Amino acid sequence: MKKNLLPLAVVALVAALPLVMKDNYYLHLMILFLMWVVIGSAWNLIAGYTGQVSFGDAAFFGCGAYTAGLLAHHLGVSTWWGLALGGFTAVAVGLPFGWICFRMRGAYFALATLALNEVLRHGATIAEDFTGGMVGILIMPSFMSKIPYYYIALAMAVASIASLRWVVRSKPGYYFVSIREDQDAAESLGIDTHLYKMLSLAYAAFWTGIAGALYMNYMGFIDPHVVFNLHDISIMAILVGIVGGVGTVYGPAVGAFVMVAVQEMFRSGFFGLFKWLGAVSGSDSLVRVAKVLTQAHVLGFGILVVLVILVLPNGIVGDWPKIRKRVFRLDAGTSGT
Amino acid sequence: MDVFLQTLVAGVLKGGLYALIGIGMTLIMGVMGIINLAHGQLMMLAMYVTFVLNTMGVDPYISLFVAMPLLFLVGVAIQKFLLNPLIKAETILPENQVLMTVGIGMALTEIVRFTFSSDYKYITTGYSNQTFFLGNISFSMALTIAFGIALAFTGAMFWFLIRTDLGRSIRATAQDKDAATLMGVNTGRITVITFGLGSGLVAAAGCLLAPVYYIFPDLGGPFTAKAFIITILGGLGSTVGAIFGGVTLGLAESMGATYFGMEYEDIIGLTIFVLVLLFLPGGFKRLTKV
Repeated sequence: MKKNLLPLAVVALVAALPLVMKDNYYLHLMILFLMWVVIGSAWNLIAGYTGQVSFGDAAFFGCGAYTAGLLAHHLGVSTWWGLALGGFTAVAVGLPFGWICFRMRGAYFALATLALNEVLRHGATIAEDFTGGMVGILIMPSFMSKIPYYYIALAMAVASIASLRWVVRSKPGYYFVSIREDQDAAESLGIDTHLYKMLSLAYAAFWTGIAGALYMNYMGFIDPHVVFNLHDISIMAILVGIVGGVGTVYGPAVGAFVMVAVQEMFRSGFFGLFKWLGAVSGSDSLVRVAKVLTQAHVLGFGILVVLVILVLPNGIVGDWPKIRKRVFRLDAGTSGT
Repeated sequence: MDVFLQTLVAGVLKGGLYALIGIGMTLIMGVMGIINLAHGQLMMLAMYVTFVLNTMGVDPYISLFVAMPLLFLVGVAIQKFLLNPLIKAETILPENQVLMTVGIGMALTEIVRFTFSSDYKYITTGYSNQTFFLGNISFSMALTIAFGIALAFTGAMFWFLIRTDLGRSIRATAQDKDAATLMGVNTGRITVITFGLGSGLVAAAGCLLAPVYYIFPDLGGPFTAKAFIITILGGLGSTVGAIFGGVTLGLAESMGATYFGMEYEDIIGLTIFVLVLLFLPGGFKRLTKV
């Protein structure tokens, strides 16, 4: 029970947050953060635990989002049905794909997922009659306030982390790890690696698809370039997983928080810090710095990928003992002198 | 029939350039065992080098001799300072190097966007829009020259790989890294040189493509995709396969553009990719055993 204390406390804190914080902007960021917890956890199961790195999470994300959007667009049913069905659509896309592509290993599988995403993106762009093409799909959001979305996202995030925890501690979870460590050895021990990789993919696709459906409901607008986006979705999912900690249960939650904060920091020019400094000091160069920084958020992402992989290859949670040791030793050193 | 022949010619000419892109990728693939997902971005960088030199009045084909060494150095630096340190790092995921190339690609694209903005740039030369006719078939002058140079480079590459000492070391490293190390090949140095060579080759492709294409920062992504389709088509690590893969992709794209419509051009490459994975995993290499 003691082990669960910290996560439960964090959940309670997050659940109480809207009572204190009424600012829509921060609520929006928190909703994005919770959505990324879901996607990051899903990515972590397929990549972190099963060792099949996916570069195409956007494919499943987009499937979920388009399921919700198209249902509303063509049949006129509520987009909330998409939340129930989006995950299954993503699984329906993911399973045949996995059946074909799991015969490839390592980087080749990663490339195949990249290709899947590209195919879906081009497909959604070309099939204008069905998906609206580049015009995209626009729906009316069901709630004016952000708070209902906040709690739905929170429930999803908690459910996804709980299910991840349950899965990795169950028998299939150990099978997944054995596939990651040595696929041939796992196979020789009688594990149907193909089947279990498919199961892992189905889990990841399901949660990513649901997150996509939530995105459709919440944002109210999608087009192929938004949801099938390599940088903003697939790479972001990988970063959330890696920054937080590959192959850890709570890693993606930490990673999602850090990454959403970093993304927003660049997008808003360090929350308007430089703009404010520029206005206060009256210097043009600081204003210009602010402008450059807001344009640089993808560059910041790229550099962050490079730095994180070089410095923290196992992520914040995975390398936590290392970080703690280093910081602790630093403290001891400074107090000694 | 004329339409068909015309499409065939356009496809083969484009395929020559694709082969050049693919060879660079497949070399890196063979030696390091990783897919370089910054490949198209390196080509984009070379195109901007060509563009800058062109504003100073240098012909794109001459800037080839500036861009190639420059990108060779960029490639060497990337391998030496960013990719090689990762081999030692202890991680769960072996794909860290691939992820790293993604990050490098993003950083390159954005740095270029900063410097040159997202606007489309053109290089106009006397031969950009020139064509000549053989029978009823028109040949684009720039593409034909590019095809010739690409062939020359491919030939030179083969000579280098088969005849020279360094080339043999590269092939040895690709076949069996441990054995090559035992035979006295400095495999660390070979990986650095190979990444440089791959970057240099794709730089050549960039310079050749510059006079007939728009230049913009996001160009890299689609070409990275093309490069890996070519390598998968040809069989990973196979140089001969990369040539076949390049020409096949060029042909398929131009056939698709003629008979299905322009918007299907990209999808066709990806469809072929999936079909090859399904029915010919291992690519053309499996058929030829080269």
